Order: sequence, then C-alpha cells, then structure tokens
Amino acid sequence: MADVSLRKVVKRYDDVEAVRGIDLDIADHEFIVLVGPSGCGKSTTLRMIAGLEDISDGDIMIGGDIVNDVPPKDRDIAMVFQNYALYPHMTVAENMSFGLRLKHYPKAEIKARVTEAARLLDITDLIDRKPKQLSGGQRQRVAMGRAIVRNPKVFLFDEPLSNLDAKLRVQMRIEIKKVHQKVRTTTVYVTHDQVEAMTLADRVVVMNKGKIEQIGTPNELYHKPATRFVAGFIGSPAMNFIPCRLEDVGGTLQIRLTDRLAFPLPPARAARYNALPRTDKLLLGLRPEHLTEWHAHLAPGVETFDTVLDVTEPMGMETLVYFGLEGTPVCGRVDPNAGAKDGAPMRLAMDLNNMHLLNEETGVVL
Amino acid sequence: MADAVVRQPGVARPASARKRASLHNALRRKSTVAFLMTLPLILLITLLVVYPAFYSLHLATLNKSMQKFVGFGNFEFLFRRDTFWLVVKQSCIFAITAVVFKALIGFVVAHFVHNIPAKGQRKWRGMLLVPWVIPPAMSTLAWLWLFDPSYSAFNYTLAFFGIGPIPWTGDAAWARFAVILVNVWYGAPFFMIMYLAALKSVPDQLYEAAAIDGANWWQRIWYVTLPMMRNIIAITTLFSLIVTFANFDIVRILTAGGPLDHTHIFATWAFRVGIEGSDIPLGASVSLFMVPILAVAAIFILRDVNKRGNEA
Amino acid sequence: MSTMTIDKAGPRRNVKYGSMSRDRAWALRWSYFFLVLFAIFSLTPPLYMLITSLKSSAEISAATNPWWVFHPTLDNYAELLTSNQFLRFFWNSAWVSIIVVTLTMLISVPAAFALARMKFWGSATLATGVFLTYLVPDSLLFIPLFKMFALIGDWTGVQLINRWYVLLFIYPTLTVPFCTWIMIGYFASIPKELDEAAIIDGASWFQTLTRIFIPVALPGLIAATIFAFTVSWAQFLYPLVFTTSTDQLVLPVGIITTLIKGDVFNWGQIMTGALLGAAPPLIIYAFLMDYYIAGLTAGATKG
Repeated sequence: MADVSLRKVVKRYDDVEAVRGIDLDIADHEFIVLVGPSGCGKSTTLRMIAGLEDISDGDIMIGGDIVNDVPPKDRDIAMVFQNYALYPHMTVAENMSFGLRLKHYPKAEIKARVTEAARLLDITDLIDRKPKQLSGGQRQRVAMGRAIVRNPKVFLFDEPLSNLDAKLRVQMRIEIKKVHQKVRTTTVYVTHDQVEAMTLADRVVVMNKGKIEQIGTPNELYHKPATRFVAGFIGSPAMNFIPCRLEDVGGTLQIRLTDRLAFPLPPARAARYNALPRTDKLLLGLRPEHLTEWHAHLAPGVETFDTVLDVTEPMGMETLVYFGLEGTPVCGRVDPNAGAKDGAPMRLAMDLNNMHLLNEETGVVL
Repeated sequence: MADAVVRQPGVARPASARKRASLHNALRRKSTVAFLMTLPLILLITLLVVYPAFYSLHLATLNKSMQKFVGFGNFEFLFRRDTFWLVVKQSCIFAITAVVFKALIGFVVAHFVHNIPAKGQRKWRGMLLVPWVIPPAMSTLAWLWLFDPSYSAFNYTLAFFGIGPIPWTGDAAWARFAVILVNVWYGAPFFMIMYLAALKSVPDQLYEAAAIDGANWWQRIWYVTLPMMRNIIAITTLFSLIVTFANFDIVRILTAGGPLDHTHIFATWAFRVGIEGSDIPLGASVSLFMVPILAVAAIFILRDVNKRGNEA
Repeated sequence: MSTMTIDKAGPRRNVKYGSMSRDRAWALRWSYFFLVLFAIFSLTPPLYMLITSLKSSAEISAATNPWWVFHPTLDNYAELLTSNQFLRFFWNSAWVSIIVVTLTMLISVPAAFALARMKFWGSATLATGVFLTYLVPDSLLFIPLFKMFALIGDWTGVQLINRWYVLLFIYPTLTVPFCTWIMIGYFASIPKELDEAAIIDGASWFQTLTRIFIPVALPGLIAATIFAFTVSWAQFLYPLVFTTSTDQLVLPVGIITTLIKGDVFNWGQIMTGALLGAAPPLIIYAFLMDYYIAGLTAGATKG
C-alpha cells in the first residue's frame, strides 16, 4: 500500500506532447479515476505510472520513492488491461500465479494467495479453465485476480470494462468497488466513461488535451465544475450552455438570454456575479434536470417561460425535451406525465439557483 | 562473496541516482539483448548469402583456372555461344508457361474445392496438395519412369486410343512439354492452397450483396473475387516465378538438359558448366544472369507484401 | 375444397428459385467431376511409385499392364531396408534434417522475437532483408558457396567438401529466412498487452519469449519446424554439389546416383527408394496438414 505522486510529468512523442505537465497526489487506499475523451493522455499517464512508458520530464513517486527509472516489475504495481491480456496457454490459476512463480514464491503461499483471490472474486470453480473457455465477465475477474494475488502497492486499471456489454459493465463496476472496499489498495483507474468515473471514484481526475482540467470528488465535479469542459463532460445528458449577458434593470441584476427572455438573478447569485463587467460574453450553464415542467408554487429563483418543443424522448421515469433558444439547442427533463409532445408548446421552469455562469472565451466557470 | 563486499558502497549511493544509472543499463541491455538475439541471423545472412552473392560477381570475372582477371570476358564468351541464348529462351518459356498454367489450374481447382460442401473440403485439399509435399527429386523420378522410352505407362495407355508412342524425353518439343508438365504438376497445388485461403477470406456478405445487386456468377468472380484476391494472386505468381525460373531438380532429373541442350535452363546449365565442367567462373556467370529477373520479381513481391501488411 | 382453390390462387411461385437450386446441384456435380480428374492427375505419380515398388524386375520388364501388380512382392523394400548403403543415406538425411531444424529454430525464434517486439536501430531493414534472403534461390548461390568451402578447406585444412555435415552450414540459408519471417508474423499477431502484462508480472525478455511467446505462437512454431524439415529433407542441388562419396550422400542424391547405374535403371528399387524418401514428409503432412498449410500461406503475409 502506498501513495502515488506525479510532479510536472510530461510525455513527448517526437514533437507531440501527449501529457503536458501533470501534478497529482494520490493518497494511500484512495480510488482515483482518470477520465477524459480519447487522446486526452489518461492512458499514457497510467502507463507512465506502470513504467510501460518512459517519462520525458518530471517525477513519479510511489510510496515516497522516485520510480522514474525503475522497471515495471520493481515498482510493485499490478495492472488490468482493457483486453484482459490473459495468457491464453495458461489456466486461470496459472495466469494468476505467473508473477509469483517468476519471483519463486513458495508453492504453498502461491496456492493460498490464488485460492484467496479466487474466493474473493467468486471464480473458484473456474480455476482450472483456460481463458478461451471463459466469458467476458469471467475473464475480467481473472485479470483482477492476477492483480490481487500480487498484493501490490498500487492497482492500475486501463479501461477494464470497455470490452463488456452494457449490463455486464454495470455488474463488474459494482464488483470492482466491492473488491476495493475489501483490499483497500491504492487504485488508479482509467476510463472514458464518466458514469464509471462518478460511480467508482473517491476522487475523479478529468483530463483534456494532456492536462488536468479538475480534480475532485464526484459530487464536487458535478455541482461545482471548474471549467466548461468539465461541466460538459460530466453528466448525461450534458449541461446546456446558453449564450447570455448580464444587465442591470432597476437595481436588480438580470440575465438576458434572448431579446424577449430575461430573468432576474436570485439574490445569492446576483451578489456573486455583480462584479462582472456587463459587456462580457457569457454562457449560462444549466443541467437538464434544472429545466423542468412548470407548476404552481414555484420556489424563489425558479423562473418560467414558454417554448415550442422540437423533439421529446420518453425515458420512462422522465421525458427529455429538446427545444431551441435563438438557435442554441437546449435539453430539459420533465415529468413523463407533464404532457410534452413533439412540436407542441410547453411552459417550462428554469431553476436559476443551480445555474452556472461561464466566460465564453476562457471557458472558466465564474 | 568478495563481489558482494566490493559492491557494498554502491548501495549507499542516493536512491534516485542509482535508479537512473540502472535505467541506462536497462536500455542498453534491451538493445544489446535484441542485437545478440539477431546476431546469429545477421551472421548467417552476411556470411552465407550476401558474401557468396558478391563473391559470385568476383568469380564471374576470372578465367577458368581462376588465376587471371578477365573482366567481362566470361560474359562476352557466353554471348557468342548459341547454347547460352537457347538457355535464356528456354528459361523464360519454361518459367512463364509453367507459372501461367499453375496459376490457372490453381485458380480453377481452388474454386471447385471452395464450391463443394465444407466438410468434404479438407479431404480434397489434402489429396490435391500431395504433389507439393513429395520432395521434387523423388516425384520427378516417378515421372521419369512414367515417361520411360520403352516401358512408358502413358504410352501403354495411349496405345489403346491409337496414339503414340510419344518420345516424352527423347524429342526436343516433347521434352520441353514434359518438363513444363511436371513443373505444373508440382506447383499448381501451391497456387490452389493460396487461392483457397484467399477465397475463404472474402466475406460472404460481399457475395450476398453482389447477388442482391443482381450480379451473375461471372460478374461475382470479376467484380468481387478477383479484386479481393488481386494481391494474393500477385504475390503467389511472383513467388512461383522465382521458384520456377530458378528450378533445378526437375530438369536435372527428367532430362539433364537434353536432348541436345534443348531443355537446359540457367540452373542446370550453370551446374553442367560450373560443377561438371569445372569452369566455376563460367558457371557463376551463367547463374548471375538469373539475378535481374529475380530482382524485379522480388521488388514487386516486397511491395505487394508490404501492402498486404498495411491492409491487415 | 375451398382451401384448395385458395391455394391455387395464392402467390405464384417464382420459377427462378427452383432453377437456382438445380443450377447449384449441377455446379456441384461438375465440381466433383473436375476434382476427381485433378486428384487423378495429382496422385498418379505417387501411386505409380507404389505400384512399381511392389513389382519384381521380371514383371517390370515383361511389359504387362503397367497400372496393375499381378504378383505383388515386398522384395524391393526388403532389399533396400537391409542395404547398408541405403540406410546410410536415410540416416544422413535424418541427421542433417534434424540438426538443421534445431539450428534453424535456435536462430530464427529469438531473431523473430527481437525483430517483432524489441524495436532497435535497423530492425525494420533487417526484417526486409530477411524476406529478400528468403527469395534467393539455391541455384544462384551453389557455385560461390562451393568455391568458398573449397577455399576454406585449402586455407585451414578443415575439409568440408564431400562431408555430409557441410550441409549443416548450407541448409540454414534456405530455412532460417523463411522461418524467421513467418515467426515474425506470428509474434507480431500476439497482442502487445500480453508482453506488457508479462513485464509487469516481472518476466525478463528471455522469460517473456520462452514462457509466453513460444507457447502462444506454438502453431506457428510447428509450421516453421515442418517447413524447415521438409526443405532440408528435399534439398537436392546442394548435396549433389557438395557431396560425392557414397557414404556421405543424403537420400535424394543417393537414390539417383547409386540406383541408376549407367543406363541400367532398376525401376523397382528406384521407385521403392523414392517412395521411402517421400515417406517422412508425407507422414508429417498426413498428421499435421493444418499446420503445414498454415505455414504455406503465412509466407505471403507481412510479419
């Protein structure tokens, strides 16, 4: 068990910078998820921690030691690969014990560890099978078992669930979480799926274009995104961004969305945004769940407006409605019984208590 | 023990410095290991393929006793010999005719095998590949016996139809035919196997799509099969061209170049002149004439193989 | 009654569907017909070897129907298999082939691993070079090689010409390039994550090769081994050039130079010898056909 630290880590391929100076401190026992779109450098970062890629600049520390130049086998890490990378000619038990056998552990201890890991992952019955005879989920478990028996300082997961179908993915997600609760090993987990990131992580690291956009707990990222990228990446359907500007009308601060649509800001928000220049081009960031059907007795700060829906998507427990505000597509979530219909007019409510205001040019959440 | 004691101070060095040094060692080790692993291969290719190839060029410039440098003397001598031009002509005719027939027969047979139900294919494929498996020197002996001037089993059979007896290896034209026939017999299975593998790799959906688009049998072959197999056809043909052009065993055993040098090709004539005639420089010169054609074929193969690699 | 009328008035059966299956049946019949023809063409020489090998000299020269054995006898086999000379050829061939196969594997497997996985300076060029070497035919090199080994004998006094073991140096020029090439292909098809997993598990390069790559690429290894054996066993030109004494000959050359005495062809024995010479590759082929074919087709793909 150990903490992991990255200090200004850079990875260059010829003249392309895949990772551009990353600082990250991972505490002992922590479950960290690196998330971001493909090509954001998250896998490269993981592979640098593993020692599969050399680092171009900076330092990586595991348990306080700089491991920049330590070969993977001496870093005391274990890795689970996207395609599982099980040795096809070995049985499950042999796959799991390969690393231990190379290190000449006593036979009895190897057996004990494999049995324990198999029991933990519920694959005791499969121990003598070859990977070919296993289903995707079972292979995934074996790959995790191979990591667990090593009893490493750090677990590294490289998109381990992306080869599974949707249903199994949910199941294995829970499984991984359970395993982590039992073994408590420091874990770095890479995924492009923000749902996976949110559900698994103690802290999520959102990466984009080789840099860290934001580090935080799932709730922090969801409710207090730092940048437009994070705000748009976390949450599904994604946050709406509506061009707007601030104006003063009779002593109150108003947010103007279109020529006909402007709302007074709730007092808390007004105080926060009052110092902003009124000329700035801004974006109103609003999650779909804060755009609901209108009803009587709305709370303060919730404003209503009328619009015509373009498309509706009934999801069962809710209905997603899509409409345009001066050409900007906007998505809202309404009650399935609210009577939303394609092409029909509808009165909606906008919860400005949960709004975000972003600078359109810098993408910074204000 | 002494080693361990001597190394002791090293351990005391700062951890990061030691680890940096070990990386350099590791990197050096990786390329060193890789080099060592390929060293026997490099030595083999350099000493026993590349060096002899250049040595052959050197040999070709010497006189028969290998005492004197004669420059292009051997080549000038060859150009004045009728036999040499006969060999050039025959080598080209053999190679081209044999390869064309191998390719055609291979293609047709591959289609027939592909046509029949899948469970019988293995059996037929197994039988049809037998000629390629038997060492050619051994199977050519069987052909030689089938072509025997007095006891030819073919002539015995043909006599029932009132044909023959055919002087299979005695007459220049028939001898050439016999050599090509054996060559085709030996090489066609290779084409068949390659084409069959290529046919199997064409996705069924393509044929189904073509059928729905209204393509008939010929159109399916022309617009789907052949384009999909173009690369493998090219590679196989060029491979076979090299092997056939440089062939030695079949001609040597079947006719030994006769009658009257009318079936000699480069390899057999180089053997006759260089080894049997003890004129090593002249023999080397003869075999060097294969190089241009082999080189052209090799370049095209390399291009096609690389293309195939990129497709995959 | 009424249902019948409805049936008749129902959708018309498109005639073409019926003819399509009939077409297919005919195509199948024609396929079998031609396959039988080609199989006869393919199998005639080996079958004729077998037929002749079962005949006595008297029956061969009696000019009876050559396609039939009237008085089958195993005399030819008995004679050859008790002849010291023939057994000598057989053992020479066997030794040469087995040693060459071993050498080939020892050279090409590590080299292929290094070329497929450990990118180093010049590795791509070397891989291309290996492929080009594979295209160099024996008939191009036999004269300079012969002269080279003759000179080595003159200079060092180590006489290699006319010794069967000289072939151990020569044959690898034919087997190693091809085997390296197809092993590069097999190794390259192993997912990169597998060696990364092995590295993380603490395997050295050598352990990755022996404990992961060789077992995983075993089918390729078998195909390469079969190829190396077949080539070594069948080689004719090099032994013809390099060996002359009867006790140094390998099987193909031995049969041709000793069983053909001047103009006297003892066809019964020649065919028996040829069949026995063809037997090892044929037996391997019969049992390992799929590997044999895999190796054959693998040569045309990029490693």
